[in-house]
Amino acid sequence: MSSAPAISQPAANQTDPDALRLEVALVGAPNCGKTALFNAMTGATQKVGNYSGVTVERKVGIATTAAGRKFSVIDLPGTHSLRARSPDEEVTRDVLLGQRPGERVPDMILAVADATNLRGALRLVGELKKVGLPIVLILNMIDIARHRGLQIDHEALSDDLGIPVVTATAVRRGGLDALWECVDPMLEAGVEPARKSTWQAPSSHDLRVAMREAERLVNAHVIRPPEPDTVSAKIDRVVLNPVAGPLILLAILFTMFQAVFSWATPFMDAIDAAFTELGVLVSDVIPEGLIQSFLVDGVIAGIGSIIVFLPQILFTFFFILLLEDFGYMARAAFLMDRIMGKAGLNGRAFIPLLSSFACAIPGIMAARVIDNKRDRLTTILVAPLMTCSARIPVYTLIIAAFVPNTKVAGLSLQGLVMFGLYGAGVLSVLVVAFVARYLFSREERNAPLMLDLPDYKLPRARNILLGLYQRAKVFLRRAGTVIFWAMVIIWALSTFPTAPEGATDPAINYSFAAMIGKFIAPVLAPLGFNWQISVALVPGMAAREVAVAGLATVYAVSGDGGLINTIAGQWSLATALSLLAWYIFAPQCISTLAVIRREAGSAKWMWVALIYMFALAYLASLLTYQIAVALGAG
Amino acid sequence: MMASPEKIEAAVSALPLGACRRGFRGTLVSVSPVATQGGFDPEELERRLLELGFIEGASVHILHEGPFGRDPIAVRVNDTTVALRRHEAMAILAE
Repeated sequence: MSSAPAISQPAANQTDPDALRLEVALVGAPNCGKTALFNAMTGATQKVGNYSGVTVERKVGIATTAAGRKFSVIDLPGTHSLRARSPDEEVTRDVLLGQRPGERVPDMILAVADATNLRGALRLVGELKKVGLPIVLILNMIDIARHRGLQIDHEALSDDLGIPVVTATAVRRGGLDALWECVDPMLEAGVEPARKSTWQAPSSHDLRVAMREAERLVNAHVIRPPEPDTVSAKIDRVVLNPVAGPLILLAILFTMFQAVFSWATPFMDAIDAAFTELGVLVSDVIPEGLIQSFLVDGVIAGIGSIIVFLPQILFTFFFILLLEDFGYMARAAFLMDRIMGKAGLNGRAFIPLLSSFACAIPGIMAARVIDNKRDRLTTILVAPLMTCSARIPVYTLIIAAFVPNTKVAGLSLQGLVMFGLYGAGVLSVLVVAFVARYLFSREERNAPLMLDLPDYKLPRARNILLGLYQRAKVFLRRAGTVIFWAMVIIWALSTFPTAPEGATDPAINYSFAAMIGKFIAPVLAPLGFNWQISVALVPGMAAREVAVAGLATVYAVSGDGGLINTIAGQWSLATALSLLAWYIFAPQCISTLAVIRREAGSAKWMWVALIYMFALAYLASLLTYQIAVALGAG
Repeated sequence: MMASPEKIEAAVSALPLGACRRGFRGTLVSVSPVATQGGFDPEELERRLLELGFIEGASVHILHEGPFGRDPIAVRVNDTTVALRRHEAMAILAE
């Protein structure tokens, strides 16, 4: 235990949160503004990683008090109680109780409560007091509470609880003043050593007692406004209306799609142009040969083909964060629960699956919000079936080559086919989830949906921007590591052995990729795939859209226009349809598989995903091709 | 306070919340999961319901029903709103 003031630390360690002597843990329910508070306390000093052995995000940072004292802050996963009902909540319990190997025991707890909804937080504080660490209770979002006419006598509450209670507004300048005023003298005097923990998992009887105590505290120290907030109730009357509700949800989804697919385009074009330009620059500087090919075709083109999706991912997350901050996501889960439930999924799976429209990787990561283990696993395994943005280049190419640009009932036929492909993705998610449930856990009951419908709040720009920044960082770091190496390997496969002297065919035709492609071509022949397609599918394992570049290389044509004409001339309609069917299901993305492995906690589930998706892809393509041929499209 | 026959009638008239329609207002009489409830074991279901605020004496009001099959339901419990499925709400008796 640290009894010396934290100010006396050696200067060398002051940039690493884990090296500071005093560690304070932030504990609170999800949605209590804990992350906003953490951001306000630590700013740019945050270090984001994982707890060893689990995929729970570990966030630490350095806080500097008004008097200049520094201490390390760990933002523990949001929890309603220490009973640990999900992997995230287990981490919080284990860290606090000192049961997590490799993790230090915090010296102090800052319990964070949403001031507009104190009852649950006060019950959690009751549990936290038993842990034996010094506690300060922070009534966060006090501005919203005051605005709603709630009056909280925090001094009386502090006397009653026997712990310091301060008010805070994480998102306002000076909103932490009261916290620093309370914490500075505590640090000056030295934080009290921990007492022995007396915490035990509460029984239902204990919970009743705890709830009644929380109720008593609220009644004693909180004066509610004579007229309760009715804005949320009014919004809900419209948004949860059985008829208007689903229509509004549909309208929101539609707007989101528009944003992701049209607003993001200029940014994507710019990124694409920048990487092409960079490739040209490097080609000018470095002489033609293996090194140039590695840098231009392997590294720059490879990284570029991933980063080009950043705008779409950011737009998707912008909407998700906005809706989450506003409080709408819980309503969406409410509206969709019945439909998702029919397929054996939880209403909460709606959010991860929605994110998967941008990219399955953030979607799979977002599945952490699902507390039921089986539901979470199912969601992870079906998320890659949602039509992610990497399929768009493949779909666009084939549609442009084979679907006439005409209008049907005033709608673009090409657009309709695209929409149909999206529909096929959603349908396959529901069907696969349903079948999985039927096969593996028929006798198990549906995991219950139980969630708070919080009062609506105006989203805060700062929160959303920070959220976007963190998502971008995670995505780019991945593009820089896993995907980079996958690209390097696939470049090597497509480059070596190099073409012999005087070769007439494109160089890729002499490479390992071509050997693999020609080797698997007989297996893919019943699907109507020629050997060129089979070869392009090999580099396409890196990421779906790479197959387009692969095809261009194999056919030795440049530019989309050339490729469209070539495949329109060489493939039958049946082959084109078969390849579309293949791309609805095939797990052609190494990074998604890597994330499944990480998030599902074992390689086994990665193999399950790989095998079931390839099997479905093969079956779907086979049926599509054979039926199309039988109907005369061969 | 009042005559006991009325009390008996109140106990008899308690309804499982899961069987009530939108607009139902009442007071929570008991949270007592039946052993056949699925998903969680009954004890865990009881604890979760308690944590959400479903405690004896709380006022309950069904605000909304899901658009498909009137499931799940959104319930105002004292001054918070909670969504849950009818299946779990059968464990809650209200009058």
